[in-house]
Amino acid sequence: MTIGLGHYLTVAAILFTLGVFGIFLNRKNVIVILMSIELMLLAVNINLVAFSAFLNDLVGQVFALFVLSVAAAEAAIGLAILVTYFRNRGSIEVEDMSVMKG
Amino acid sequence: MIYVAAIFLPLLGALLAGLFGPFLRDRGAQFVSCGAMLIAAVLGCVIFWQVALGGQERTIQLLAWMTSGTLDVSWALRFDTLSAVMVFVVTVVSCVVHWYSIGYMHGDPGVPRFFAYLSLFTFSMLMLVTASNLVQMYFGWEGVGLCSYLLIGFWYDRPSANAAAIKAFVVNRVGDFGFALGIFGTYLLFDTVSFDTIFAAVGGKESAILDFLGMHLPALELLCVLLFIGAMGKSAQLGLHTWLPDAMEGPTPVSALIHAATMVTAGVFMVCRLSPMFEHAPWALGLVIFIGASTAFFTATIALAQNDIKRVIAYSTCSQLGYMFFAAGVSAYSAAIFHLMTHAFFKALLFLGAGSVIHAVSGEQDMRKMGGLWNKIPITYGLMWIGSLSLAGVPPFAGFFSKDVILESAWGAHTALGDYAYVLGVGVAFMTAFYSWRLLFMTFHGASRADHHVQEHVHESPNIMIVPLYVLALGAVVAGWVAEEMFVGEGNHAFWRDSILALPSHPALENAHVAPLWVKGLPTLLGLCGIALAYVFYVRSPELPGVLAARFRPVYLLFYNKWYFDELYDALFVGPAFAIGRGLWKGGDGAVIDGLGPDGLAATTLALARRAGRLQTGYVYHYAFAMLIGIVLIVSWYLFAMRG
Amino acid sequence: MIIQALAFYLFAGIMVASGVMVIAARNPVHSVLFLIVAFFNAAALFVLLGAEFLAMILVVVYVGAVAVLFLFVVMMLDIDFVQLREGFAKYLPVGAVIGLILLGELALVGGSWVFAPQAAQTVKDPIPLFSQVPNTEALGLVLYTKYVYLFQAAGLVLLVAMIGAIVLTLRRREGVKRQRVAQQIARNPKRSVEVKKVPVGGGIHS
Repeated sequence: MTIGLGHYLTVAAILFTLGVFGIFLNRKNVIVILMSIELMLLAVNINLVAFSAFLNDLVGQVFALFVLSVAAAEAAIGLAILVTYFRNRGSIEVEDMSVMKG
Repeated sequence: MIYVAAIFLPLLGALLAGLFGPFLRDRGAQFVSCGAMLIAAVLGCVIFWQVALGGQERTIQLLAWMTSGTLDVSWALRFDTLSAVMVFVVTVVSCVVHWYSIGYMHGDPGVPRFFAYLSLFTFSMLMLVTASNLVQMYFGWEGVGLCSYLLIGFWYDRPSANAAAIKAFVVNRVGDFGFALGIFGTYLLFDTVSFDTIFAAVGGKESAILDFLGMHLPALELLCVLLFIGAMGKSAQLGLHTWLPDAMEGPTPVSALIHAATMVTAGVFMVCRLSPMFEHAPWALGLVIFIGASTAFFTATIALAQNDIKRVIAYSTCSQLGYMFFAAGVSAYSAAIFHLMTHAFFKALLFLGAGSVIHAVSGEQDMRKMGGLWNKIPITYGLMWIGSLSLAGVPPFAGFFSKDVILESAWGAHTALGDYAYVLGVGVAFMTAFYSWRLLFMTFHGASRADHHVQEHVHESPNIMIVPLYVLALGAVVAGWVAEEMFVGEGNHAFWRDSILALPSHPALENAHVAPLWVKGLPTLLGLCGIALAYVFYVRSPELPGVLAARFRPVYLLFYNKWYFDELYDALFVGPAFAIGRGLWKGGDGAVIDGLGPDGLAATTLALARRAGRLQTGYVYHYAFAMLIGIVLIVSWYLFAMRG
Repeated sequence: MIIQALAFYLFAGIMVASGVMVIAARNPVHSVLFLIVAFFNAAALFVLLGAEFLAMILVVVYVGAVAVLFLFVVMMLDIDFVQLREGFAKYLPVGAVIGLILLGELALVGGSWVFAPQAAQTVKDPIPLFSQVPNTEALGLVLYTKYVYLFQAAGLVLLVAMIGAIVLTLRRREGVKRQRVAQQIARNPKRSVEVKKVPVGGGIHS
């Protein structure tokens, strides 16, 4: 059968949902949250590229490129914060991170 | 020129003393205000000479005030005999009081303020009596009311003084409301508020009807009754009298000027000025007689039982005002004004003399703690005798002439109300003499009941306080037989000319001239009896009053407690008013408006904020969860909104 | 055609499976490794779509840099991976509901969307035929001309991220001998060298 746009979109949707689940279903540590965010960004990228291919427009790919770079930057900063937090606190247990309790 | 100056010099004095008080200090303020007042008094005499005696009546237009459609109100000074007489009385008595106050208020911290208020009062009173239209008169009316409030509450650090000032103002206000309604009605009926126009048109409006509170009432009757209510308030007649005794909280010169000679007589003046209207309103005149006579009798009974020297004189003033009113009621307006003039002299003399006594006994006002003063302050004693003789109507003093003609007119009216007034008036004459001599004997005779310390300090007042009293004493002695012919005698029509109207259908004053001897002599006889009785009670057998009071205890209590009017008003008006106020304040404003408004909003905001604060758990992962829920909501909304 | 479909299903399936394992793995190192697998398969899907430059960039940047960074951090931090999923079930119902709603909506959209009629006209940069211009070159032609500002902005973002990461994690250790270059250069010869007169044979007493 012909793989159409819909297939790619479905795959991306599933991946996105997985990322969402990962954020609040995990009770282990914060790194999983960061990884779930990366999964979500990946899903978005797949979407963009799929549309770019089927609409015959390069803009989608350009945009995906920018998303990629920003994702990398954000992962770096997030991990830096995590490292600093670990140095100050000694653990990255999700349950212990309630310093900002209002 | 002198006409305008006479009226406005007191205002100038008031402004200078009031605004520049701190710079002028006591001496400067006194100099300015008393100097201005002296010149005004001299001019007042000149005006009386020219206008009343010389017949040069005039109206001086000053300024246009309001012009709106048919309403044309202007500031204009009307000088006819009536206003000239009043200007004379007001300026002379006010001048005397000003000079007396230099001595009496010596050392008080607020001297410039006092003189400013006194002069301002004089200006307002002069405006009132020279008004050429109802609105200008109302301005003067309110002005004297204001100054009365300021002066009664002059010693504002005393709560009793403040309360008395408020009471005076509020009770006056009730009367003023009637006056205001009267002015509105007058404008409605006559399409003007100017006296000349109204008086010219009165004759034609005899059968006019006005609708008031759903009733069809004869217009002139209604208007005169409303206007008389204003007079009742200002002149402390029965029902609206409760403020006058409490007004004694003010300094004694204030009591002398405002509550004896001038402000309280504004009501009498108003009725006489509006005599053309009242003459066409027989029911209103009847009401005036009834109220006047009843007030005279009722306040005299209260004066019998009072122990504060100033209160006795205050109730005496109320009583004499009643006389003036029922004189006006029987259309003997000139007799009313005649008594107004003589009363101004001898009552001011009595008040200022009482002030001298109080000064001598270091501030004591209770007569039960005085006594044995006659040889220590002989001049004051003599002056008080002169004033009391005049008040009691003993010939040849001034009061005799004016009081007698009033009682003769009451008899001469030959109506039921006139006779009622005559009977009560004669009783009042007896009581007046009695309580005046009671005052004299208790204060000056017998053994001294003051304490040792006070006794040592008893001294005559300084000359600055005594000399003005001589002027008043002169008036109290001679004003009667000098002015009788002009004011109420055969020559009174030539004297008053058009300033007072008495219709031929009301012949009371004419009949007074031909009254039989018993009518003329009865009041004097009863006066002498009163003096004798007072002598018996307070010099011969001082234990008698106590015995009598014990025997007729309810009657004594009734008189002593002022016929319980204050308590009645407290229960009827003051209590409910305060209750409503408190209810609206605590319940309405506090609970409802504040509760729903600022306080309620603040409390709700706090509660909501506290609840919202619970969202901040501190767990990053809760925040992420919240973000996701948000995304889901946005997407759902977007889906379904776009679909629809 | 069938090869294409087969390839698609293969790559997509492995990607989804490894996505699930990322979340579900107990050992965080395993999670990262499964993430890497997911990236690889995504790259393969990109190739299938004809965006080969992007696919390679995905491998280089995402796998080579980001995932490796993850591994570094995971290994550096002393994470106790024996932790069981306590309380996992507490949020499961709500989480599952939210996730399913999301999935449902996505499916709704996915199943009912259509291209707008004027979609073809709004194409900004048509993809040239591969035979004429390779994908990389085509991207380059567009990126450095039309989107140069965005390109610079992206560079700035990366710069800021780099600086931020350094600032956050830089640790100054006490007692470590370190070169302070600015101080060395600013050294004043007058203050650092002192000439002392020494008698012959005698030493220097400071």
